[in-house]
Amino acid sequence: MTTLKAQSMTVQAPPEPKSQLLNSGKCGMLCLIVSEIAFFGTLLAVYLFYIGKDPVGTIAPSDVLDVSVAPMKVVFNSIFLLTSSIWITLAVRCLARGNIMGFALWWLLTILFGAEFLVGTGMEWYGLIAVEGLTIRTNLFGSGFFTVVGFHAAHVTIGLFLLSLVFVLTCLGKMHKRHAEKVELLSWYWHFVDGIWIAVFTIVYILGN
Amino acid sequence: MTALDHSGNPLRAKATFLGRMHEWVSTADHKKLGVMYVTTGLLFFLIGGLEATMMRWQLAVPDSSLLSPSDFNRLFTMHGTTMVFLVGMPILLGVANYIIPMQIGARDLAFPRLNAFGFWLFLFGGLLLYFSYFGAQGLYGMGSSPDVGWFAYAPLTERTYSRGHSTDYWILGLLVSSFGSIATGINLITTILTMRCPGMTLMKMPVMVWVMLIDAILIMIAMPPLAAAQVMLLFDRLMGAHFFDVQGGGSAILWQNLFWFFGHPEVYILILPAFAYVSEIIPVFCRKVIFGYPLMVAATVSIGFISLGVWVHHLFALGLSPMVNTIFMGSTMLIAIPTGLKMFNWVGTMIGGKIRFDTPMLFSTGFLALFLIGGLTGVMLSVVPFDWQVSDSYFVVGHFHYVLFGGLVFAIFAAIYYWFPKVTGKMLSETLGKWQFWLLFIGFNLTFGPMHVSGMLGMPRRIYTYHADRGWELWNMLSSIGVLVQIAGVTFFVWNVIQSLRKGKDAGADPWDGWTLEWATTSPPPEYNFEEIPKVYSCRPLWDLKHPEDPDWKYE
Amino acid sequence: MSRRITPASRRSLLRGIAIAMLAAIFLAVPEAWATAPICENGATASPTMFAPRSVPAKMILDLSWLVWGICFGIFLIMEGLIILCIFKYRRAKDDDTEAPQIYGSNPIELAWTIVPTLIVFVLFLVSARTIFEIEKTSAPEGSLEITVIGHQWWWEFDYPEYGFVTANELHVPATRDGKRVPIYLTLESNDVIHSFWVPQLGGKTDVVPNHINHLWLEPTMTGTYVGQCAEYCGTQHANMLITVVVHPEEEFEKWVAHQKTEAVDDDTVAVGRDLFQRTACINCHTIRGTVANGTFAPDLTHLMSRSVIGSGVVSNTADNLAIWVYDPQILKPGCRMPSMKLTKKDVTEIVQYLLTLK
Ligand code: HEA
Ligand code: HEA
Ligand code: HEC
Ligand code: CUA
Ligand SMILES: [Cu+2]
Repeated sequence: MTTLKAQSMTVQAPPEPKSQLLNSGKCGMLCLIVSEIAFFGTLLAVYLFYIGKDPVGTIAPSDVLDVSVAPMKVVFNSIFLLTSSIWITLAVRCLARGNIMGFALWWLLTILFGAEFLVGTGMEWYGLIAVEGLTIRTNLFGSGFFTVVGFHAAHVTIGLFLLSLVFVLTCLGKMHKRHAEKVELLSWYWHFVDGIWIAVFTIVYILGN
Repeated sequence: MTALDHSGNPLRAKATFLGRMHEWVSTADHKKLGVMYVTTGLLFFLIGGLEATMMRWQLAVPDSSLLSPSDFNRLFTMHGTTMVFLVGMPILLGVANYIIPMQIGARDLAFPRLNAFGFWLFLFGGLLLYFSYFGAQGLYGMGSSPDVGWFAYAPLTERTYSRGHSTDYWILGLLVSSFGSIATGINLITTILTMRCPGMTLMKMPVMVWVMLIDAILIMIAMPPLAAAQVMLLFDRLMGAHFFDVQGGGSAILWQNLFWFFGHPEVYILILPAFAYVSEIIPVFCRKVIFGYPLMVAATVSIGFISLGVWVHHLFALGLSPMVNTIFMGSTMLIAIPTGLKMFNWVGTMIGGKIRFDTPMLFSTGFLALFLIGGLTGVMLSVVPFDWQVSDSYFVVGHFHYVLFGGLVFAIFAAIYYWFPKVTGKMLSETLGKWQFWLLFIGFNLTFGPMHVSGMLGMPRRIYTYHADRGWELWNMLSSIGVLVQIAGVTFFVWNVIQSLRKGKDAGADPWDGWTLEWATTSPPPEYNFEEIPKVYSCRPLWDLKHPEDPDWKYE
Repeated sequence: MSRRITPASRRSLLRGIAIAMLAAIFLAVPEAWATAPICENGATASPTMFAPRSVPAKMILDLSWLVWGICFGIFLIMEGLIILCIFKYRRAKDDDTEAPQIYGSNPIELAWTIVPTLIVFVLFLVSARTIFEIEKTSAPEGSLEITVIGHQWWWEFDYPEYGFVTANELHVPATRDGKRVPIYLTLESNDVIHSFWVPQLGGKTDVVPNHINHLWLEPTMTGTYVGQCAEYCGTQHANMLITVVVHPEEEFEKWVAHQKTEAVDDDTVAVGRDLFQRTACINCHTIRGTVANGTFAPDLTHLMSRSVIGSGVVSNTADNLAIWVYDPQILKPGCRMPSMKLTKKDVTEIVQYLLTLK
């Protein structure tokens, strides 16, 4: 037994260093991403489940989604989206070093690349709906395609909105080095949106064909 | 700490009614939100209980025609949905909201405003669901609530079979409120992982904190798939997609898998908090440290893991291959092992203790006795051939009320009796509490015990009536009588709360001689919880303080 | 704190409740048997799983006894421990000291991990065997194959072997050529999910749209067995009852021969027949040998050979038929047959006609 006496909450004891792996923002963002993955995972699992289950005679993926021929619009768009991940990383680095100008430029490039992707998706949808006559009610493929790709596009849109907000703040001179951490969180979200696209692309455009 | 006896804002005493309302509505304080969550949950409990009472009234005698078939179908749908999503979820989130930051020595959750947002999402989701009684045009133009059962199997939920908008209300109400739950779950994880007071390493967290961490992780992983499934169903209904539309090649089996991939973890999301509460209460009232802390933690983690891989046990009658059935029978049975460990450790804590049977302990003991029964009937259900007989029968209804009411609700009452003094500064009456316990205990067994028998006698669930010649009369009558006893019990509870709020005994900071940090501050706690962020050296900081000659940290 | 009840009175109260609970459980099982009086032909009042009348149902019951035994043993041990703690470790009134702190014990914890693991392992192996024995993915040799089609809220039974269709009452033979005959059902659904459950003949299997299921029954006794749809399928799920009649061999033969014939044409009820054929009835119902060939609703060719109508909601009497034809929603609110808004006289005529459909 010891003869320690209680003076306060802090009884004498081996001092314990406080170690914290993550800060709250990062932990929260990681959790958000995990739950988003669960959400998209479900949509994609359903898409996988329905591949090839359509009644014959309706529009099949191979009729309308072609990644093998010339302009390869989707591949082209995908490259834009994926490279934007690089730009945003560079932007965050600039900000962390206090280089606001560099940050603004890379950030703008990210936004432009993201926007290109969104426009590309829009054009693809226009082609599918207006030209090919494929809608969400056509068949299982239509239902799955528009739901999966649509939810992804919605996430890109949200991301672009947030990115633009940061860009406006930068132009107003409100962004500083100390915001690097918050901006990094946003970049995680953006990377996640890109990552999901890789999964969507693989399943919808490659496996689904 | 005596300086803090008058809690919070000195202006509050003078505030007008409107001012007070504004303070509650605009608050982002974890304690106020916690109280709001639990109160709303309890109100919904009364509504859900009322719905159950009406169902039991109809089923008391055979060939009864008090309720029309569609009214009955709406009642069980709303009863199940309410109890799971609007009673279980908010109460567990509310208690966690209030207690977790205090137990880890923090001043609030990590994202207070997100927390408030989560609460309002939950509340409006719930109101949206109930608004269907007025808003959803049924087939014949009257308001109608959903009538598709709480797991809403497609294609019954497709436009073809469920006209009107009642099912849309079910989808939207739950979508909105489960977004709130996901947000709060994320908030809890972050709080627990990043805001513990100095010295509180993972293995020095109170058991409750561990359990709620796993619970929140399950919320984060299991609720988004439900949202995804509901979105697809909504697309089917409103935009003509074909996910679950069997005429268009959609699959009925898919919905079942998606729902139960969420649904099974969901029932563990509901029971884990119950485990958390009794893990706090039993040691304090036995005056003994929890038995086998590391094993408790390991069991919690493995329950969390396994529960993500057992959902097919709800689909044993679906005609899946014998191999699939066997595999999921195995994974389901596995859960009995970590759950059993918990049971054993609680009983192990009681053995050799000096047990005080105050109301919180009474309810916790009731929990042990009743959850055991529910767990064992669960294991019986996991035996596939037996399940082929009793699946979707009253045996299952008996099983899940033993775990949900005997387990979750008993633990919730234990928790309320335990923490009410902390939250309000007043004690609940022990006499009324004991009356409530015994009435509920007897009424509960009378209601749900006979259901196992009627189930094995061939009574399916969700039937609004049955013929007199099937030998089910006695058992149904007993069940219905039991509800009357339960109502008496619940009335004692409501009366107790009202009375104690008005003229309950003062609680003081630490009425139960507790060991975790929430008892180190005043009752009710000040807005900032702790004047000074405490430092801890063991799972039981207050034990160390009260027994400096033999502190816990020497053993951990 | 509260006014104290004396320990003695409390103890006797607790003991009383414990005894009552145990007694209830002991009584429940025999009581379940008792409500299942065994008649000569094996039929019981209750559709109980405790009176199996087919091979798979018997296999399930045998396994269930084992499962109950194991679980009941665990139940006794655990509740016993809890009750022991309640009495033995209750704090003495004037004792304010803390209990000795025991943090855990590796051997004990190991023991209560291993023992349940072993129990679970045994349970798993035994049950797995039964699953593979009962779940037949192809028809056993010599079986009678029947297709069951679930509709909201009635059953269609299709006998491809004999080439006729009937509704709501499934008739099967107990033997063929003196040997027990496996009944192999193919389950299909026309709309939503249903579930086919006749407890005395076997476990339930869901009836799922877009997905074909099978169910193996092998009756061991003649008799009339009841069951009902066990998956919630909408408004009238409660009244989607099933009757299975297991006939002795010759009786079944006779029944088949009769079902194969076309509907009786009796000119004394020509008025009713013409009314029936001029009304929308024929869009939904089939009466073989007449113009009525709808497939939406039960086949009425041999309506009067069935003991119930509306899939069991009421017995098949002239009075009930009259109410049914006048407005089915009275007897089975929500069902898929609308009221034809016929006059009382027309109803009487039509019922007269229906009554001849022996
Ligand atoms: C709080 C919620 C909760 C909890 C904790 C459980 C716990 C368990 N449940 Fe339950 N269950 C539900 C809520 C819950 N259930 C609901 C709501 C439904 C119906 C949904 C619906 O259809 O509407 C359902 C339905 C359900 C089914 C499907 C029935 C059907 O519809 O056909 C099955 C089948 O396997 C099952 C099994 C189990 C098992 C094995 C456990 C195990 O976790 C139990 C483990 C505990 C113990 C076993 C007791 C203690 C252990 C010991 C003392 C150790 C020794 C024991 C052994 C070695 C056996 N449950
Ligand atoms: C936490 C979960 C929970 C709880 C606590 C309960 C509590 C009760 N349940 Fe519930 N139940 C479910 C979850 C729960 N249930 C679920 C998930 C289903 C499946 C639904 C489905 O099939 O889709 C179900 C289904 C279900 C059925 C089956 C319906 C059917 O299949 O046809 C029955 C039947 O008896 C029933 C009865 C009861 C009863 C009598 C209580 C009682 O214990 C209730 C006790 C409460 C009270 C008695 C409150 C009394 C208060 C008042 C009456 C005062 C009212 C005053 C005001 C409103 C101001 N429940
Ligand atoms: C819109 C379709 C429809 C029309 C028209 C219709 N019925 Fe029906 N009928 C049904 C359905 C569906 C059932 C099964 C109801 C149930 O059991 O839920 C049924 C059941 C019956 C039964 C009971 C059969 C049994 O074995 O249970 C009788 C008798 C009957 N109808 C007679 C008639 C007569 C006579 C008419 C015309 C006056 C008629 N029906 C018109 C759909 C229809
Ligand atoms: Cu068909 Cu229930
Ligand atoms: Cu489950």
